[in-house]
Amino acid sequence: MDGEQLTAQETALYDRQIRVWGADAQRRLSKAHILVYGMKGTVAEFCKNIVLAGVGSLTLVDDRMVTEEVLSSNFLIPPDENLYSGMTLAELCCNSLKDFNPMVRVSVEKGDLSSFGVDFFDNFDVIVVSSCSLAAKKLINKKCRTASKRVAFYTVDCRDSCGEIFVDLQDYRYSKKKLEETINCHLQYPSFEEAISVPWKTLPRKVSKLYFATRVIEKFEEVEGRNPGEASTADLPGVLKLKKELCDAHSLNESHVPDNLLERLVTNTSEFPPVCAIIGGILGQEVIKAISGKGDPLKNFFFFDALDGKGIIEDISSDSNTGK
Amino acid sequence: MDSQQKLSVVKGAKVLMVGAGGIGCELLKTLALSGFQDIHIIDMDTIEVSNLNRQFLFRQSHVGQSKAKVARDAVLKFRPHISITPYHANVKDPDFNVDFFKQFNVVLNGLDNLDARRHVNRLCLAADVPLVESGTTGFLGQVTVHVKGRTECYECQQKPAPKTYPVCTITSTPSKFVHCIVWAKDLLFTKLFGDKNQENDLNVRSTGAASSSEPVEDVFERRKDEDIEHYGRRIYDHVFGYNIELALSNEETWKKRNIPKPIYSRHVLTDEFTQQNGDVDKNLATDVGPSVSAMAFLGMNNPQDIWSLMENSRIFLEALKLFFTIRGKEIGNLSFDKDDQLAVEFVTAAANIRAVSFGIPLHSLFEAKGIAGNIVHAVATTNAIIAGLIVIEAIKVLQNDTNSYRMTYCLEHPSRKMLLMPVEPFEPIKSCYVCSETPLLLEINTQRSKLRDFVEKIVKAKIGMSFPLIMHGSALLYEVGDDLDEDMVANYAANLEKVLSELPSPVTGGTMLTVEDLQQEFSCNINIKHREEFDEEKEPEGMLLLGWTQPFSAAEKDNNRSIGNGASVSNASSSTTAEAATDDEIEIIHSGKKRKLSEDSKKTDSGISKVDDETKISKQLEILDDEDDLVMLNEGGTDKKKKRLL
Ligand SMILES: [Zn+2]
Repeated sequence: MDGEQLTAQETALYDRQIRVWGADAQRRLSKAHILVYGMKGTVAEFCKNIVLAGVGSLTLVDDRMVTEEVLSSNFLIPPDENLYSGMTLAELCCNSLKDFNPMVRVSVEKGDLSSFGVDFFDNFDVIVVSSCSLAAKKLINKKCRTASKRVAFYTVDCRDSCGEIFVDLQDYRYSKKKLEETINCHLQYPSFEEAISVPWKTLPRKVSKLYFATRVIEKFEEVEGRNPGEASTADLPGVLKLKKELCDAHSLNESHVPDNLLERLVTNTSEFPPVCAIIGGILGQEVIKAISGKGDPLKNFFFFDALDGKGIIEDISSDSNTGK
Repeated sequence: MDSQQKLSVVKGAKVLMVGAGGIGCELLKTLALSGFQDIHIIDMDTIEVSNLNRQFLFRQSHVGQSKAKVARDAVLKFRPHISITPYHANVKDPDFNVDFFKQFNVVLNGLDNLDARRHVNRLCLAADVPLVESGTTGFLGQVTVHVKGRTECYECQQKPAPKTYPVCTITSTPSKFVHCIVWAKDLLFTKLFGDKNQENDLNVRSTGAASSSEPVEDVFERRKDEDIEHYGRRIYDHVFGYNIELALSNEETWKKRNIPKPIYSRHVLTDEFTQQNGDVDKNLATDVGPSVSAMAFLGMNNPQDIWSLMENSRIFLEALKLFFTIRGKEIGNLSFDKDDQLAVEFVTAAANIRAVSFGIPLHSLFEAKGIAGNIVHAVATTNAIIAGLIVIEAIKVLQNDTNSYRMTYCLEHPSRKMLLMPVEPFEPIKSCYVCSETPLLLEINTQRSKLRDFVEKIVKAKIGMSFPLIMHGSALLYEVGDDLDEDMVANYAANLEKVLSELPSPVTGGTMLTVEDLQQEFSCNINIKHREEFDEEKEPEGMLLLGWTQPFSAAEKDNNRSIGNGASVSNASSSTTAEAATDDEIEIIHSGKKRKLSEDSKKTDSGISKVDDETKISKQLEILDDEDDLVMLNEGGTDKKKKRLL
C-alpha cells in the first residue's frame, strides 16, 4: 500500500473494525468504488453495511418508484408519501445512506445499467445487482469482465425466507498467513453464464436444492417475459412443468428440486426482513473481503434458507466438479 | 412457516430487548421491519464515537445520549406506528424484577457482558419467559435459544472463566505484553493516580516471602514542593530501574528466565531534552479535561506507530506531568478508562518501557489500548447476520415451534461448506445449579476464610449474585437490602469479618449453605467441605468451587487470543483476574470454548476446512447423516450422553 495514513477521525470511527481487519484493509476500503442496482431490502442492508465499513464511494442505480413491497423491507425509505413521492428508489435510499457515514460519497446514477458502456464499469471495483432478469445478469457480468481492470460482480436475491448470492471475482489472487507462513492463493471464477451452464448431473449429489429451484424460476420468468420476482402462485403449474423439462434435459432426478420449495418461492415473492439482514450481512462481508484482500472469499454461490437455518457455500464451476 | 400465522404471532407479541449496542441496533431494525409492534428495550449506555461504525441508528450528533432512546427514535422514522419503549437503565436495576419480565412473550439479549447475561438468564427462568441469547466478536457469532425445561439454560454450559495471572507474573516475571499492560494499568497507574489506600503489589519484594515489615516512606508520593520533572524521573527510575535491580538480586528467579535489564531515565533521555518540553501551565488552558494528550504535545500523532524506548520515555514523563499539572484535581480518584486518552498514553508508554526491560516486543498505542481496555473486535456485518438469526428464532419461539429451535454459529471459515451452521439445542443439564436444584460444592478452609471472602469470591464473583442473602438452615448469616434495620446491618458487617467456623451459626465441613438473590429470584445450595491447604499458584483464591465451571486447562493460559484478552489485578485476592470485557458484543460462542467441531470423517462432498481455530471449539461434533444433514454437537471426550431436544 502507499504510505497514506488514516486520519485521526477515521481511526476513531473505525477503531473496532480496524481491530478486526487492520489499517491496511481499512485504507483499501476507503479507496473502493461500489455500484448497486435494485434497491430492495437485501440491497439496502448491504449498502448500510458497506457505508458503515467506510468504502470510498457508493453509487445507486434504480429509477423505479416506491411500492408497498419495497417499503415493507427497505428501512432506508420513510413510509411517508409526502416524503417519497416523485423520487426514485435510488434517490430516496441515497438520502438516508449519506447520513450513515459522512466519509462515504453516496450518489445516484440514472438509467438502465445493462445498457451502460463498458467504460462506465471501469469506474467501479464492485458491482452488485438485485432483481435483475437472467439476460441482464449475464450482460452486466460480461461487461464487468471486459472492463480494463477487474470489476467484481455479485448478484443477490431473496424470496420468501430464502436467499442467494452469486460471486464472480474472475481471476483472484490473495495471500493469507497461516501460522508464520504466508500462503498465496489463486481462485478462478466462472462468469454467471458459465456457472449456470454447468450440467446439473455433474454437480455433487448434495448441492443445495435452492440452486436448482432458483434456476427454474429465473428461467420461467425469462421465457414468460416476466419481471424478476413476478412469478406468482398462479404460475405454479407452469413452473413445475418447466422444472420437469429442465430436470429431463439435465438428466437430473426431479427429487433434487422439491415441488414444495418451488411453491414457497412463487407463493411468497417478497423479501423476509431477517433473511435480508443475513444475506445483506454475508454479502457485505464478502465484498469487504474481496476489496481488502483479507480472508478467503466464497466461491461462488451462497444459499440461506430460514427453514433449515443453514448458510451454505456451493462451488458451481466446471473445473471444480470434475472430480478434483 | 405459514406467513399469515407468522405475521399474527409477530403482531401480537410483546418482546423485551436487552442491549441497544452493536447487535441491538440491528435487532431493533429487523424486529420493526418484520412486523413486531410492541418492543421494550433496556440499555444503560450512552453513545460513543467508536460505536458509529456499526451501530447505524446513531450519528455523531447523538454522542453522549441514551442508546435506548436514540435507537427508538431512529426506528420510528421508518416504522412510525409501532410502540417502542426505551429504558435508559441497567437491566440489573431492581425495577426489572420477575414481574417485569413476566409481561413479555420472549426476551432477546444483545448484551456485552457475562454478568448481565447470567442475570437475565435467571430472571427468564424465574419468570418462565423464553430467552434468545446472542454474541459476536469479529466475524464470529452465535445465537442460542433457552426455554425453561426444554433446552439448556444459558448457564448450563461452563462459561469461559475470567483469565487469571499469578500476581508474581505481573510484578516480577512478565513474559507477554499483556502482563506489562496489567502492571502498568492496575498497579502503576492506580498507585500514582488512583486510590492511595488500596492494597497494591507494585513494589517487587526481594524475597519470595510476603510483606517483610518495612514501613519506609512512600516513594510514590510527590514530596512537598518537589519539581514535577524531578518527581517524574524519580518514579521512572524507581519502577524501571531500582525495582528491576532489586528483582535481579533474587537469583533463583532468573535461572530459567531471561534476565531483565534495569532502565534509568538518564540513560534514555538527556537533560536538555526534558527541558524543551516547556512549561505546561503556560501552554495549555487549565480545563482541557480528558482530551489532554501527551502525544499531541510531543507532536506524535499516529496511534499505529510503535514508539522507541526514548519516545515511550518521553510520553511517560509528559503524561505524568500533564496529570499532575492539568488534571491534578482528579489524582487520587482516577481509575483506568480506555476512553481517557492521557491514561491510555501513560499505560502504553509504561507497558512498553517495562517490555523493553524484559525483552518483550513493543506495541503501538492502538494495540495497547485494545488490550488495556478489553476492546472487543466488532463489525457491522456480523451483528446484522446475528440479529437476523435472533428474529428467526424469536418467531419460532412465539409459534411454539419447539422442534425447529436451533442454535446457530456464524463462522469465519466454512465448516462442511457452511458459514451459518445450525445445531440442535441441548436439553437442560441435570446438574446445572442454576436451572436445576443441584447443590454446588465448595472446598474451603473454614478455619481461615472469612465470610467476606466467601461473599466476594464465591457468591458475587462466581455465582454472579448482586443482592445475596446467605442462610445456614434457618439462621441468616448475611443479607443486603435497603430496608434492613441498623442492628442487622451491624450484625452482618460483623459477620463478614468472622472466620466461617466462628460465625454465630458455625460453618464447617459438612455444612450446607443456601444462597439466594431476591432480585434474580434465584437460590442455590452449597455444600461446604473443609480443606486445609490450597496451592497458591493454581488456586490463588484459597477456595475451590466445584459443579459450576472448571478452571481452564494449562493450554488455555497460553492462549492470547481468547476473548476478553485484557486483564486487571484484583487487589483483594492474590491473583490477577481478567474482567469480562466491557465493550459491546463480547463473549463469543459460549459453548464454543469447549466444544470442538471436528471434521466429519464420513463421506462429504468435498474437502472441507476445519472450523475456525479461533472459535476454539474443543469438543466433538457429530454429524447426523440424515436427509436433513443436521449437525449436532456432542460433548465428546466426556462421558456425557448425547443431548437432543426431542
Ligand atoms: Zn442450566
